[in-house]
Amino acid sequence: MAAPPALPHEASREGGVSPSLPTSHPGAPLLASSSSQRGAGRATCPRRGRRRAAAGAAPPPTGAASRTTCRWGRAGPGVAAARRDRAERALTLSVAVQGGGSAVIDMENMDDTSGSSFEDMGEMHQRMKEEEEEEEEVEGEAGAAEEEDGEFLGMKGLRGQLGRQVADQMWQVGKRQASRAFSLYANIDILRPYFDVEPIQVRARLLESMIPVKMINFPQKIAGELYGPLMLVFTLVAILLHGMKTSDTIIREGTLMGTAIGTCFGYWLGVSSFIYFLAYLCNAQITMVQMLSLLGYGLFGHCITLFVTYNIHFHSLFYIFWLGVGGLSTLRMVAVLVSRTVGHTQRLILCGTLAALHMLFLLYLHFAYHKVVEGILDTLEGPNMPPFQRVARDIPVVSSAVLNTTAKAIALTL
Amino acid sequence: MRDLKAVGKKFVHVMYPKKSSALLRDWDLWGPLVLCVSLALMLQGGSADSKDDGGPQFAEVFVIIWFGAVVITLNSKLLGGTISFFQSLCVLGYCVLPLTVAMLVCRLVLLAGSGTVSFIIRLIVVVAMFGWSTLASTAFLADSQPPNRKALVVYPIFLFYFVISWMILTFTPQ
Repeated sequence: MAAPPALPHEASREGGVSPSLPTSHPGAPLLASSSSQRGAGRATCPRRGRRRAAAGAAPPPTGAASRTTCRWGRAGPGVAAARRDRAERALTLSVAVQGGGSAVIDMENMDDTSGSSFEDMGEMHQRMKEEEEEEEEVEGEAGAAEEEDGEFLGMKGLRGQLGRQVADQMWQVGKRQASRAFSLYANIDILRPYFDVEPIQVRARLLESMIPVKMINFPQKIAGELYGPLMLVFTLVAILLHGMKTSDTIIREGTLMGTAIGTCFGYWLGVSSFIYFLAYLCNAQITMVQMLSLLGYGLFGHCITLFVTYNIHFHSLFYIFWLGVGGLSTLRMVAVLVSRTVGHTQRLILCGTLAALHMLFLLYLHFAYHKVVEGILDTLEGPNMPPFQRVARDIPVVSSAVLNTTAKAIALTL
Repeated sequence: MRDLKAVGKKFVHVMYPKKSSALLRDWDLWGPLVLCVSLALMLQGGSADSKDDGGPQFAEVFVIIWFGAVVITLNSKLLGGTISFFQSLCVLGYCVLPLTVAMLVCRLVLLAGSGTVSFIIRLIVVVAMFGWSTLASTAFLADSQPPNRKALVVYPIFLFYFVISWMILTFTPQ
């Protein structure tokens, strides 16, 4: 047989390795019609090629990449019927693979699994399994073809084998699709751009959150960042925990930690969503992430106030801090929102709600966990002991007594 | 036996934190589990003024430690860290060891009495162990971050061990 001309698209894909095909072959017309399928099914090959190229390895010439759609090229001169059937099966295979795999192909290359062995193991495992399956498919097909050739099992055996293979193939495709969808949506890289900050930026934003802006006619810029707010919420949780412990709060149904986390996260997420909804109604220009960021940084004032007043228990001191520090951070948030809203009524609604909620939250945090400490303070000060006496833990006795006497001494000398 | 030896070697690594990669390379979660369970058990039976509140319950401590470790790991990954999820969990779990030792010491000191002196001793011990834990975990985890963001990663670790130390310090037996 004369050496046949190599098919151009195959040669370009495989880098020069061209399977030899006799053009006078009876299976050639089938190949001509299926080349369009192969072109459509090429989507799977370049994906692998791209992935392999990304991994730095050259695609192997006779590797798995070429197996799905270039199967008929490899077989040597064989029986005509066997070739035809194999080609048909490869057709259905390539259609099934292409149909199953094309939906998420482009997204897959966006996955950034660098540096994490867990995900890399998963990927490698999947790829190895896919390659194993493909080998099994080839062997299964060869076995089926030989059975046909041998004519021992007859029609029933052939149909059973084919049916099982198709079912198998569908299951593999479904599993592959599901695992790709999972790795796409459960990817935490969606949140990565919101954590792209430097420590200096965080510090600057913390300080800025206490300074009200003057320019309210020009929309102020809000950084859509989530690291600072998240850390502030956790800090508030820690401070709240400290406050609850020193005030001997009894939580009946639930735990101290659960209450603290629930309160702080509930405030941050709930009030942000509510104000975002109001902003949508009032035509203010703010996105959800910006609102989360703004409110989160507004909690910095709360953290400072509570940190000071949970340790030094003076009501007047608390009110000063409430108005001063709380008021400053509220003013900043209000000013930013006002600069982004048009119309007096809308500005009033939005900023009034935010100011009220923010200040009331600070008031709530202080007083909800404060009652008992007041009782201890009275017993330390006054000569007459109230009949209902709580036994304080040794920490508040030592620490708050020291701090209170120090504060009193300073107040007296001033 | 081989696993026990591996866990023991990691304990030694935590107590003398050097820049070795043995803790990171072959991570395991046995040590953190043992430490977490023993800490939660020791924190049981804390007293309160009424019968309803019994101090931090077992489930609470367990959830705090694991949930906190998961949050810190996610945070360090989102900040661009090159460490894997389970490696980070492993390091954070093993670095709870100094705090478990502090809990043991506190319990022993509380056996002797619960006055001001015992409080001061406990305070010193817990603060020292808290510092040790934070330094140990920072020594392992901060290397995997870009150099100018180390402070951003250290702060949540500091908060996490602070909360655990606070639970240890405020523990008073029945």
